[in-house]
Amino acid sequence: MTLELRNPVMVASGCGGTGRELAAFADLAVLGGFVTRSISVGARPGGPQPRVLETPSGLVHAVGLQNPGLDQFLALELPWLAQQRVAVFVSVVGRSLGEYAELARRIGLAPGVAGIEVNLSPPDVAGDGVFDVREPFHAASVVAAVRRELPRGLPVLAKLRTDLLRVAESARSVLEAGADAVVVGNALPAAMPDGRPAGLSGLAIRPLALRCVAEVLAADPAAPVIACGGIADTADARAALDLGAVGVQVGAALFRDPTTAARLAAALAHDPAPIEEETR
Amino acid sequence: MRATPTAPREPLHVAGELLDNRRIGAHHHLTVVAPGIPERFRPGSFVAVSTDPQLLAPRAYWIHRLKTSGGYGATLELVVEPRGAGSSWLAAQPAGTRLAVSGPLGRPFALPTEPVDCLLVGEGYAAAPLFPLAERLRERGCPVSLVVAARDEAHLLSALEARRSARAVTVVTADGSVGRRGTVADVVEDALQRSGAAVVYATGALPTLHAVAAAAEHAGAWSQVALEQPVACGTGLCQGCAVPVVGEGGHTRQVRACHDGPVFRGDRVAWADLGVPG
Repeated sequence: MTLELRNPVMVASGCGGTGRELAAFADLAVLGGFVTRSISVGARPGGPQPRVLETPSGLVHAVGLQNPGLDQFLALELPWLAQQRVAVFVSVVGRSLGEYAELARRIGLAPGVAGIEVNLSPPDVAGDGVFDVREPFHAASVVAAVRRELPRGLPVLAKLRTDLLRVAESARSVLEAGADAVVVGNALPAAMPDGRPAGLSGLAIRPLALRCVAEVLAADPAAPVIACGGIADTADARAALDLGAVGVQVGAALFRDPTTAARLAAALAHDPAPIEEETR
Repeated sequence: MRATPTAPREPLHVAGELLDNRRIGAHHHLTVVAPGIPERFRPGSFVAVSTDPQLLAPRAYWIHRLKTSGGYGATLELVVEPRGAGSSWLAAQPAGTRLAVSGPLGRPFALPTEPVDCLLVGEGYAAAPLFPLAERLRERGCPVSLVVAARDEAHLLSALEARRSARAVTVVTADGSVGRRGTVADVVEDALQRSGAAVVYATGALPTLHAVAAAAEHAGAWSQVALEQPVACGTGLCQGCAVPVVGEGGHTRQVRACHDGPVFRGDRVAWADLGVPG
Protein backbone atom coordinates (compact mmCIF):
# COMPACT_ATOMS: atom_id res chain seq x y z
CA MET A 1 0.00 0.00 0.00
CA THR A 2 1.23 3.48 -0.72
CA LEU A 3 0.33 6.64 1.10
CA GLU A 4 -1.70 9.09 -0.96
CA LEU A 5 -2.17 12.63 0.27
CA ARG A 6 -4.68 15.00 -1.29
CA ASN A 7 -2.26 17.80 -0.54
CA PRO A 8 1.33 17.54 0.70
CA VAL A 9 0.77 19.83 3.69
CA MET A 10 -0.21 18.28 7.01
CA VAL A 11 -0.57 19.59 10.55
CA ALA A 12 2.07 18.05 12.82
CA SER A 13 1.14 16.14 15.94
CA GLY A 14 0.67 18.20 19.07
CA CYS A 15 0.48 21.49 17.17
CA GLY A 16 -3.14 21.56 16.04
CA GLY A 17 -4.86 21.18 19.40
CA THR A 18 -8.02 19.11 19.15
CA GLY A 19 -8.59 20.55 15.68
CA ARG A 20 -11.38 22.85 16.78
CA GLU A 21 -8.97 25.61 17.81
CA LEU A 22 -7.28 25.53 14.41
CA ALA A 23 -10.57 25.27 12.53
CA ALA A 24 -11.49 28.71 13.87
CA PHE A 25 -8.76 30.14 11.64
CA ALA A 26 -8.69 27.85 8.61
CA ASP A 27 -10.72 25.17 6.88
CA LEU A 28 -9.10 21.85 7.75
CA ALA A 29 -10.42 20.33 4.54
CA VAL A 30 -7.79 22.16 2.46
CA LEU A 31 -5.03 20.20 4.21
CA GLY A 32 -3.41 16.96 3.21
CA GLY A 33 -3.90 15.64 6.71
CA PHE A 34 -4.37 16.47 10.34
CA VAL A 35 -2.29 14.58 12.88
CA THR A 36 -3.75 14.60 16.39
CA ARG A 37 -1.74 15.12 19.54
CA SER A 38 -0.35 11.82 20.76
CA ILE A 39 -3.05 9.69 22.36
CA SER A 40 -2.24 7.14 25.07
CA VAL A 41 -4.47 4.38 26.47
CA GLY A 42 -4.92 6.19 29.77
CA ALA A 43 -5.18 9.95 30.24
CA ARG A 44 -1.94 11.86 30.81
CA PRO A 45 -2.18 15.09 32.85
CA GLY A 46 1.01 16.52 31.36
CA GLY A 47 3.95 18.14 33.08
CA PRO A 48 4.27 21.07 35.48
CA GLN A 49 4.79 24.72 34.53
CA PRO A 50 6.66 26.17 32.83
CA ARG A 51 5.86 23.99 29.85
CA VAL A 52 6.90 26.15 26.91
CA LEU A 53 9.72 28.69 26.79
CA GLU A 54 11.11 30.74 23.95
CA THR A 55 14.66 30.25 22.77
CA PRO A 56 16.41 31.99 19.88
CA SER A 57 14.35 31.12 16.78
CA GLY A 58 12.61 28.30 18.59
CA LEU A 59 10.56 26.98 21.45
CA VAL A 60 11.61 24.55 24.12
CA HIS A 61 8.69 22.57 25.47
CA ALA A 62 7.91 19.92 28.07
CA VAL A 63 4.16 19.39 27.80
CA GLY A 64 4.50 15.73 28.74
CA LEU A 65 2.13 14.32 26.11
CA GLN A 66 -0.96 15.69 27.86
CA ASN A 67 -4.03 14.00 26.40
CA PRO A 68 -7.42 12.78 27.60
CA GLY A 69 -6.76 9.10 26.97
CA LEU A 70 -8.17 6.79 24.31
CA ASP A 71 -11.77 6.50 25.59
CA GLN A 72 -12.30 10.26 25.87
CA PHE A 73 -10.55 10.87 22.57
CA LEU A 74 -12.75 8.38 20.72
CA ALA A 75 -15.89 9.70 22.38
CA LEU A 76 -15.34 13.44 22.27
CA GLU A 77 -12.59 14.52 19.89
CA LEU A 78 -12.49 12.09 17.00
CA PRO A 79 -16.17 12.31 15.94
CA TRP A 80 -15.86 16.05 15.37
CA LEU A 81 -12.55 15.71 13.52
CA ALA A 82 -13.98 12.97 11.33
CA GLN A 83 -16.62 15.38 10.06
CA GLN A 84 -14.14 17.95 8.83
CA ARG A 85 -13.40 16.33 5.45
CA VAL A 86 -9.72 16.10 6.34
CA ALA A 87 -7.62 12.94 6.51
CA VAL A 88 -7.26 12.34 10.26
CA PHE A 89 -4.11 10.56 11.40
CA VAL A 90 -4.21 9.62 15.05
CA SER A 91 -0.83 9.88 16.74
CA VAL A 92 -0.31 7.17 19.35
CA VAL A 93 2.14 6.66 22.18
CA GLY A 94 2.26 3.69 24.54
CA ARG A 95 3.92 2.23 27.60
CA SER A 96 4.27 -1.23 26.08
CA LEU A 97 3.86 -3.15 22.85
CA GLY A 98 0.52 -4.34 24.22
CA GLU A 99 -0.68 -0.77 24.59
CA TYR A 100 0.37 0.07 21.04
CA ALA A 101 -1.57 -2.96 19.83
CA GLU A 102 -4.66 -1.91 21.80
CA LEU A 103 -4.45 1.65 20.47
CA ALA A 104 -4.18 0.39 16.89
CA ARG A 105 -6.99 -2.12 17.29
CA ARG A 106 -9.48 0.35 18.72
CA ILE A 107 -8.54 3.34 16.57
CA GLY A 108 -8.55 1.16 13.47
CA LEU A 109 -12.20 0.35 14.09
CA ALA A 110 -13.25 3.97 14.68
CA PRO A 111 -15.01 5.67 11.78
CA GLY A 112 -13.29 8.60 10.09
CA VAL A 113 -9.68 7.62 10.71
CA ALA A 114 -7.31 7.88 7.72
CA GLY A 115 -4.35 6.28 9.46
CA ILE A 116 -2.14 6.09 12.52
CA GLU A 117 1.07 7.95 13.20
CA VAL A 118 3.28 6.14 15.69
CA ASN A 119 5.16 8.60 17.87
CA LEU A 120 8.57 6.94 18.04
CA SER A 121 10.40 10.05 19.16
CA PRO A 122 8.85 11.93 22.08
CA PRO A 123 11.76 14.15 23.11
CA ASP A 124 10.68 15.08 26.61
CA VAL A 125 9.43 11.89 28.24
CA ALA A 126 12.17 9.27 27.92
CA GLY A 127 11.64 6.87 30.80
CA ASP A 128 8.41 8.57 31.86
CA GLY A 129 5.88 5.85 31.19
CA VAL A 130 6.68 5.61 27.48
CA PHE A 131 8.02 2.50 25.76
CA ASP A 132 11.68 3.11 24.95
CA VAL A 133 12.08 3.19 21.19
CA ARG A 134 15.52 4.70 20.85
CA GLU A 135 16.85 1.53 19.26
CA PRO A 136 15.66 1.07 15.66
CA PHE A 137 14.89 -2.56 16.56
CA HIS A 138 12.41 -1.44 19.23
CA ALA A 139 10.87 1.14 16.91
CA ALA A 140 10.34 -1.59 14.35
CA SER A 141 8.69 -3.80 16.98
CA VAL A 142 6.19 -1.05 17.76
CA VAL A 143 5.40 -0.48 14.09
CA ALA A 144 4.94 -4.21 13.53
CA ALA A 145 2.57 -4.42 16.51
CA VAL A 146 0.50 -1.52 15.18
CA ARG A 147 0.53 -2.84 11.62
CA ARG A 148 -0.72 -6.26 12.74
CA GLU A 149 -3.76 -4.78 14.48
CA LEU A 150 -4.70 -2.19 11.87
CA PRO A 151 -6.99 -2.92 8.89
CA ARG A 152 -4.96 -3.24 5.69
CA GLY A 153 -6.40 -0.13 4.10
CA LEU A 154 -5.19 2.18 6.85
CA PRO A 155 -1.63 3.49 6.54
CA VAL A 156 0.89 3.60 9.37
CA LEU A 157 3.19 6.62 9.61
CA ALA A 158 6.28 6.21 11.76
CA LYS A 159 7.55 9.45 13.30
CA LEU A 160 11.31 9.26 13.80
CA ARG A 161 13.64 11.36 15.89
CA THR A 162 15.99 13.81 14.22
CA ASP A 163 18.99 11.68 15.15
CA LEU A 164 21.29 12.29 12.23
CA LEU A 165 23.48 9.26 12.91
CA ARG A 166 20.67 6.73 13.01
CA VAL A 167 17.73 8.20 11.14
CA ALA A 168 18.39 6.28 7.91
CA GLU A 169 18.74 3.02 9.82
CA SER A 170 15.56 3.76 11.78
CA ALA A 171 13.68 4.53 8.58
CA ARG A 172 14.73 1.26 6.98
CA SER A 173 13.75 -0.69 10.10
CA VAL A 174 10.26 0.74 10.40
CA LEU A 175 9.55 0.54 6.66
CA GLU A 176 10.55 -3.12 6.69
CA ALA A 177 8.28 -3.60 9.72
CA GLY A 178 5.29 -2.34 7.75
CA ALA A 179 5.24 1.45 7.98
CA ASP A 180 3.75 3.10 4.90
CA ALA A 181 5.74 6.29 5.37
CA VAL A 182 8.25 7.82 7.74
CA VAL A 183 7.85 11.25 9.29
CA VAL A 184 11.28 12.86 9.69
CA GLY A 185 11.41 14.14 12.34
CA ASN A 186 10.32 15.38 15.71
CA ALA A 187 11.46 18.03 18.18
CA LEU A 188 15.11 17.74 19.15
CA PRO A 189 15.89 16.45 22.63
CA ALA A 190 16.60 19.47 24.81
CA ALA A 191 16.21 20.61 28.40
CA MET A 192 14.28 23.26 30.28
CA PRO A 193 16.47 25.66 32.30
CA ASP A 194 15.92 23.50 35.40
CA GLY A 195 17.19 20.42 33.58
CA ARG A 196 13.85 18.73 32.90
CA PRO A 197 13.84 16.79 29.61
CA ALA A 198 12.22 18.86 26.88
CA GLY A 199 11.97 19.21 23.11
CA LEU A 200 13.25 22.00 20.88
CA SER A 201 11.07 23.03 17.94
CA GLY A 202 10.77 25.83 15.45
CA LEU A 203 12.97 27.52 12.89
CA ALA A 204 16.05 26.67 14.96
CA ILE A 205 15.83 22.97 14.04
CA ARG A 206 15.00 23.38 10.35
CA PRO A 207 18.45 22.74 8.86
CA LEU A 208 18.99 19.62 10.95
CA ALA A 209 15.56 18.24 10.11
CA LEU A 210 16.24 18.82 6.43
CA ARG A 211 19.57 17.02 6.71
CA CYS A 212 17.79 14.03 8.27
CA VAL A 213 15.33 13.98 5.38
CA ALA A 214 18.25 14.06 2.96
CA GLU A 215 20.01 11.19 4.78
CA VAL A 216 16.95 8.94 4.61
CA LEU A 217 16.42 9.67 0.92
CA ALA A 218 20.10 9.24 0.12
CA ALA A 219 19.98 5.76 1.65
CA ASP A 220 16.69 4.87 -0.03
CA PRO A 221 15.50 7.24 -2.76
CA ALA A 222 12.15 5.42 -2.89
CA ALA A 223 11.40 5.85 0.82
CA PRO A 224 8.08 7.67 1.41
CA VAL A 225 9.24 10.56 3.60
CA ILE A 226 7.16 13.28 5.20
CA ALA A 227 9.38 16.13 6.34
CA CYS A 228 8.75 17.79 9.69
CA GLY A 229 10.76 20.33 11.64
CA GLY A 230 10.92 24.11 11.30
CA ILE A 231 8.75 24.33 8.20
CA ALA A 232 7.14 27.77 8.17
CA ASP A 233 6.89 28.96 4.58
CA THR A 234 6.67 27.78 1.01
CA ALA A 235 10.42 27.87 0.51
CA ASP A 236 10.88 25.45 3.42
CA ALA A 237 8.19 23.13 2.09
CA ARG A 238 9.62 23.22 -1.44
CA ALA A 239 13.10 22.46 -0.19
CA ALA A 240 11.84 19.25 1.41
CA LEU A 241 9.62 18.29 -1.54
CA ASP A 242 12.45 18.96 -4.01
CA LEU A 243 14.62 16.53 -2.07
CA GLY A 244 11.99 13.89 -2.70
CA ALA A 245 9.70 14.11 0.32
CA VAL A 246 6.07 13.23 -0.42
CA GLY A 247 4.70 15.61 2.18
CA VAL A 248 5.52 18.13 4.88
CA GLN A 249 4.16 18.65 8.37
CA VAL A 250 3.78 22.11 9.85
CA GLY A 251 4.14 22.43 13.61
CA ALA A 252 5.44 25.28 15.73
CA ALA A 253 4.85 27.82 12.93
CA LEU A 254 1.13 27.44 13.69
CA PHE A 255 1.71 29.01 17.09
CA ARG A 256 2.87 32.21 15.45
CA ASP A 257 0.32 32.12 12.64
CA PRO A 258 -2.52 29.59 12.90
CA THR A 259 -3.23 29.96 9.17
CA THR A 260 0.26 28.77 8.13
CA ALA A 261 -0.66 25.23 7.07
CA ALA A 262 -3.70 26.32 5.10
CA ARG A 263 -1.72 29.06 3.35
CA LEU A 264 1.04 26.64 2.43
CA ALA A 265 -1.48 24.11 1.14
CA ALA A 266 -3.07 26.76 -1.06
CA ALA A 267 0.27 28.07 -2.26
CA LEU A 268 1.60 24.63 -3.21
CA ALA A 269 -1.64 23.63 -4.88
CA HIS A 270 -2.23 26.68 -7.02
CA ASP A 271 0.87 28.76 -7.39
CA PRO A 272 4.21 27.40 -8.50
CA ALA A 273 5.94 30.61 -7.39
CA PRO A 274 6.73 31.24 -3.73
CA ILE A 275 4.20 33.47 -2.00
CA GLU A 276 5.15 36.42 0.12
CA GLU A 277 5.47 35.45 3.76
CA GLU A 278 4.12 38.47 5.57
CA THR A 279 4.09 37.07 9.04
CA ARG A 280 7.33 35.20 9.05
CA MET B 1 -19.03 51.03 18.90
CA ARG B 2 -19.94 47.72 20.39
CA ALA B 3 -20.37 44.25 19.05
CA THR B 4 -23.93 43.44 18.17
CA PRO B 5 -25.39 40.27 19.69
CA THR B 6 -25.27 38.62 16.29
CA ALA B 7 -21.61 39.48 15.62
CA PRO B 8 -19.47 36.45 14.75
CA ARG B 9 -17.36 35.20 17.61
CA GLU B 10 -14.71 33.15 15.81
CA PRO B 11 -11.24 34.68 16.13
CA LEU B 12 -9.32 35.94 13.11
CA HIS B 13 -5.68 36.09 12.12
CA VAL B 14 -5.15 39.33 10.23
CA ALA B 15 -2.44 41.58 8.88
CA GLY B 16 -2.68 44.65 11.08
CA GLU B 17 -0.92 47.96 11.40
CA LEU B 18 0.31 50.02 14.30
CA LEU B 19 -1.46 53.36 13.96
CA ASP B 20 -0.24 55.15 17.05
CA ASN B 21 2.19 54.50 19.89
CA ARG B 22 1.94 56.81 22.90
CA ARG B 23 3.90 56.51 26.10
CA ILE B 24 1.80 57.12 29.21
CA GLY B 25 3.68 56.63 32.47
CA ALA B 26 5.41 53.27 32.40
CA HIS B 27 3.09 51.95 29.68
CA HIS B 28 2.74 52.30 25.95
CA HIS B 29 -0.76 52.70 24.59
CA LEU B 30 -0.82 51.23 21.10
CA THR B 31 -3.59 51.85 18.61
CA VAL B 32 -3.75 48.91 16.21
CA VAL B 33 -5.72 48.41 13.02
CA ALA B 34 -6.86 44.77 12.97
CA PRO B 35 -9.77 44.40 10.54
CA GLY B 36 -12.66 42.36 11.92
CA ILE B 37 -11.32 41.92 15.42
CA PRO B 38 -12.90 44.98 17.12
CA GLU B 39 -16.33 43.85 15.97
CA ARG B 40 -15.82 40.54 17.79
CA PHE B 41 -14.38 41.98 20.99
CA ARG B 42 -15.87 41.29 24.41
CA PRO B 43 -14.24 42.53 27.65
CA GLY B 44 -11.66 40.05 28.93
CA SER B 45 -10.74 38.73 25.50
CA PHE B 46 -7.23 39.42 24.27
CA VAL B 47 -5.10 39.43 21.13
CA ALA B 48 -1.87 37.64 20.24
CA VAL B 49 0.57 39.89 18.39
CA SER B 50 3.64 38.69 16.53
CA THR B 51 6.69 40.70 17.51
CA ASP B 52 10.35 40.54 16.54
CA PRO B 53 10.75 38.00 13.71
CA GLN B 54 13.46 36.30 15.80
CA LEU B 55 10.87 35.55 18.50
CA LEU B 56 8.68 32.63 17.53
CA ALA B 57 5.97 33.01 20.15
CA PRO B 58 3.45 35.80 19.69
CA ARG B 59 2.68 37.95 22.72
CA ALA B 60 -0.71 38.28 24.41
CA TYR B 61 -2.14 41.69 25.22
CA TRP B 62 -5.38 42.80 26.84
CA ILE B 63 -7.70 44.89 24.74
CA HIS B 64 -8.13 48.13 26.65
CA ARG B 65 -10.51 50.02 24.45
CA LEU B 66 -12.03 50.20 21.03
CA LYS B 67 -11.47 53.48 19.26
CA THR B 68 -12.67 55.00 16.07
CA SER B 69 -9.75 56.25 14.05
CA GLY B 70 -10.46 58.34 10.99
CA GLY B 71 -10.44 56.24 7.82
CA TYR B 72 -9.83 52.97 9.65
CA GLY B 73 -13.12 52.38 11.43
CA ALA B 74 -12.82 50.56 14.71
CA THR B 75 -9.31 50.02 16.05
CA LEU B 76 -7.91 48.33 19.15
CA GLU B 77 -6.06 50.03 21.97
CA LEU B 78 -3.57 47.77 23.73
CA VAL B 79 -1.62 48.58 26.88
CA VAL B 80 1.96 47.34 26.79
CA GLU B 81 4.44 47.46 29.65
CA PRO B 82 7.92 46.91 28.17
CA ARG B 83 9.35 44.07 30.26
CA GLY B 84 10.66 41.21 28.13
CA ALA B 85 12.06 40.94 24.62
CA GLY B 86 8.65 40.90 22.89
CA SER B 87 6.96 43.73 24.77
CA SER B 88 10.10 45.88 24.55
CA TRP B 89 10.25 45.30 20.78
CA LEU B 90 6.58 46.16 20.36
CA ALA B 91 6.77 49.27 22.55
CA ALA B 92 9.66 50.54 20.43
CA GLN B 93 7.87 50.25 17.08
CA PRO B 94 6.83 53.41 15.23
CA ALA B 95 3.44 54.10 13.72
CA GLY B 96 3.10 52.30 10.40
CA THR B 97 4.67 49.03 11.57
CA ARG B 98 2.84 46.02 10.18
CA LEU B 99 1.76 43.50 12.81
CA ALA B 100 0.17 40.07 12.51
CA VAL B 101 -2.68 39.92 15.02
CA SER B 102 -4.82 36.97 16.14
CA GLY B 103 -7.96 37.64 18.08
CA PRO B 104 -10.08 38.15 19.93
CA LEU B 105 -8.93 35.12 21.90
CA GLY B 106 -10.11 33.45 25.07
CA ARG B 107 -13.29 33.32 27.06
CA PRO B 108 -14.24 36.81 28.21
CA PHE B 109 -15.84 37.96 31.46
CA ALA B 110 -19.34 36.63 32.07
CA LEU B 111 -21.84 39.38 32.74
CA PRO B 112 -24.54 39.12 35.40
CA THR B 113 -28.09 38.82 34.13
CA GLU B 114 -29.43 40.89 37.03
CA PRO B 115 -28.41 44.48 37.86
CA VAL B 116 -26.24 43.57 40.85
CA ASP B 117 -23.40 45.50 42.48
CA CYS B 118 -20.00 44.68 41.00
CA LEU B 119 -16.47 45.27 42.24
CA LEU B 120 -13.65 45.44 39.68
CA VAL B 121 -10.06 44.99 40.87
CA GLY B 122 -7.17 45.67 38.50
CA GLU B 123 -3.44 45.77 38.97
CA GLY B 124 -0.97 47.60 36.74
CA TYR B 125 -1.41 47.29 32.97
CA ALA B 126 -3.62 44.25 33.57
CA ALA B 127 -6.41 46.62 34.66
CA ALA B 128 -6.88 47.39 30.94
CA PRO B 129 -9.87 45.10 30.23
CA LEU B 130 -11.77 46.36 33.29
CA PHE B 131 -12.63 49.68 31.68
CA PRO B 132 -14.69 48.28 28.81
CA LEU B 133 -16.10 45.78 31.31
CA ALA B 134 -17.24 48.63 33.57
CA GLU B 135 -18.97 50.18 30.58
CA ARG B 136 -20.84 46.96 29.76
CA LEU B 137 -21.85 46.50 33.38
CA ARG B 138 -23.19 50.03 33.64
CA GLU B 139 -25.22 49.46 30.48
CA ARG B 140 -26.84 46.56 32.30
CA GLY B 141 -27.64 48.72 35.31
CA CYS B 142 -24.95 47.20 37.53
CA PRO B 143 -23.41 49.74 39.94
CA VAL B 144 -19.62 49.47 39.56
CA SER B 145 -16.93 50.05 42.18
CA LEU B 146 -13.26 49.93 41.25
CA VAL B 147 -9.97 49.16 42.92
CA VAL B 148 -6.94 50.10 40.82
CA ALA B 149 -3.53 49.10 42.09
CA ALA B 150 0.09 49.35 40.99
CA ARG B 151 3.55 49.45 42.42
CA ASP B 152 3.81 53.22 41.83
CA GLU B 153 2.06 56.07 40.08
CA ALA B 154 3.76 55.44 36.74
CA HIS B 155 2.39 51.90 36.60
CA LEU B 156 -1.14 52.91 37.54
CA LEU B 157 -3.51 52.63 34.61
CA SER B 158 -5.89 55.48 33.91
CA ALA B 159 -6.77 56.53 37.47
CA LEU B 160 -8.58 59.56 36.14
CA GLU B 161 -10.59 57.51 33.72
CA ALA B 162 -11.39 55.13 36.56
CA ARG B 163 -13.09 57.93 38.44
CA ARG B 164 -15.35 58.53 35.46
CA SER B 165 -16.17 54.83 35.10
CA ALA B 166 -17.25 53.98 38.60
CA ARG B 167 -19.25 55.30 41.51
CA ALA B 168 -16.44 54.53 43.97
CA VAL B 169 -12.73 54.18 43.26
CA THR B 170 -9.98 52.97 45.57
CA VAL B 171 -6.43 53.64 44.43
CA VAL B 172 -3.62 51.74 46.07
CA THR B 173 0.11 51.81 45.32
CA ALA B 174 2.89 49.80 46.90
CA ASP B 175 5.06 52.88 47.42
CA GLY B 176 2.21 55.17 48.46
CA SER B 177 2.97 57.63 45.64
CA VAL B 178 -0.77 57.96 44.96
CA GLY B 179 -3.80 56.74 46.88
CA ARG B 180 -3.37 54.38 49.79
CA ARG B 181 -0.07 52.68 50.44
CA GLY B 182 -0.34 48.90 50.22
CA THR B 183 -1.57 46.11 48.01
CA VAL B 184 -4.89 44.81 46.74
CA ALA B 185 -4.90 42.24 49.53
CA ASP B 186 -4.89 45.09 52.09
CA VAL B 187 -7.97 46.81 50.70
CA VAL B 188 -10.10 44.19 48.98
CA GLU B 189 -12.13 43.06 51.99
CA ASP B 190 -13.02 46.62 52.87
CA ALA B 191 -13.89 47.41 49.24
CA LEU B 192 -16.09 44.32 49.07
CA GLN B 193 -17.92 45.29 52.21
CA ARG B 194 -18.47 48.90 51.17
CA SER B 195 -19.59 48.05 47.66
CA GLY B 196 -21.85 45.22 48.75
CA ALA B 197 -20.73 43.52 45.54
CA ALA B 198 -22.30 40.25 44.49
CA VAL B 199 -19.72 39.76 41.74
CA VAL B 200 -16.01 40.58 41.82
CA TYR B 201 -13.85 40.78 38.69
CA ALA B 202 -10.09 40.81 39.01
CA THR B 203 -7.02 41.12 36.79
CA GLY B 204 -3.38 41.18 37.85
CA ALA B 205 -0.66 38.97 39.26
CA LEU B 206 -1.50 35.50 40.59
CA PRO B 207 -1.15 36.36 44.33
CA THR B 208 -3.46 39.34 43.79
CA LEU B 209 -6.04 37.21 42.02
CA HIS B 210 -5.85 34.60 44.76
CA ALA B 211 -6.36 37.26 47.44
CA VAL B 212 -9.41 38.59 45.60
CA ALA B 213 -10.88 35.12 45.07
CA ALA B 214 -10.40 34.24 48.74
CA ALA B 215 -11.94 37.52 49.93
CA ALA B 216 -14.89 37.06 47.58
CA GLU B 217 -15.50 33.54 48.77
CA HIS B 218 -15.37 34.75 52.36
CA ALA B 219 -17.88 37.49 51.60
CA GLY B 220 -20.20 35.14 49.71
CA ALA B 221 -19.61 36.85 46.34
CA TRP B 222 -18.88 35.31 42.95
CA SER B 223 -15.42 36.02 41.62
CA GLN B 224 -14.11 35.99 38.07
CA VAL B 225 -10.36 36.23 37.73
CA ALA B 226 -8.42 36.81 34.51
CA LEU B 227 -5.21 34.79 34.62
CA GLU B 228 -2.10 35.83 32.77
CA GLN B 229 0.10 32.88 31.96
CA PRO B 230 3.00 33.01 29.52
CA VAL B 231 1.66 31.67 26.23
CA ALA B 232 3.42 30.35 23.17
CA CYS B 233 0.41 30.63 20.88
CA GLY B 234 -2.62 32.18 22.58
CA THR B 235 -4.94 30.08 20.45
CA GLY B 236 -5.07 26.81 22.41
CA LEU B 237 -2.78 24.84 20.13
CA CYS B 238 0.40 24.43 22.15
CA GLN B 239 -0.87 23.22 25.56
CA GLY B 240 1.76 25.42 27.19
CA CYS B 241 -0.37 27.53 29.53
CA ALA B 242 -1.86 24.82 31.72
CA VAL B 243 -4.01 25.96 34.64
CA PRO B 244 -5.24 23.45 37.25
CA VAL B 245 -8.95 23.87 37.94
CA VAL B 246 -11.29 21.97 40.21
CA GLY B 247 -14.13 20.42 38.22
CA GLU B 248 -17.72 19.77 39.24
CA GLY B 249 -16.74 16.36 40.59
CA GLY B 250 -14.09 17.84 42.87
CA HIS B 251 -11.14 16.49 40.94
CA THR B 252 -8.43 18.73 39.52
CA ARG B 253 -7.78 18.86 35.79
CA GLN B 254 -5.52 20.89 33.54
CA VAL B 255 -7.10 23.41 31.21
CA ARG B 256 -5.56 26.08 29.03
CA ALA B 257 -5.36 29.68 30.25
CA CYS B 258 -5.59 31.02 26.70
CA HIS B 259 -8.45 28.95 25.33
CA ASP B 260 -10.47 27.79 28.33
CA GLY B 261 -9.69 31.10 30.11
CA PRO B 262 -8.24 33.63 30.59
CA VAL B 263 -11.27 34.31 32.80
CA PHE B 264 -11.98 31.64 35.41
CA ARG B 265 -14.25 31.41 38.41
CA GLY B 266 -11.98 32.26 41.33
CA ASP B 267 -13.27 29.36 43.42
CA ARG B 268 -12.46 26.88 40.64
CA VAL B 269 -8.74 27.64 40.29
CA ALA B 270 -6.50 25.22 42.20
CA TRP B 271 -4.32 28.01 43.56
CA ALA B 272 -2.05 25.75 45.59
CA ASP B 273 -1.24 23.70 42.46
CA LEU B 274 -0.35 26.95 40.68
CA GLY B 275 2.31 27.62 43.29
CA VAL B 276 0.39 30.45 44.97
CA PRO B 277 0.74 30.29 48.77
CA GLY B 278 -2.61 29.68 50.39
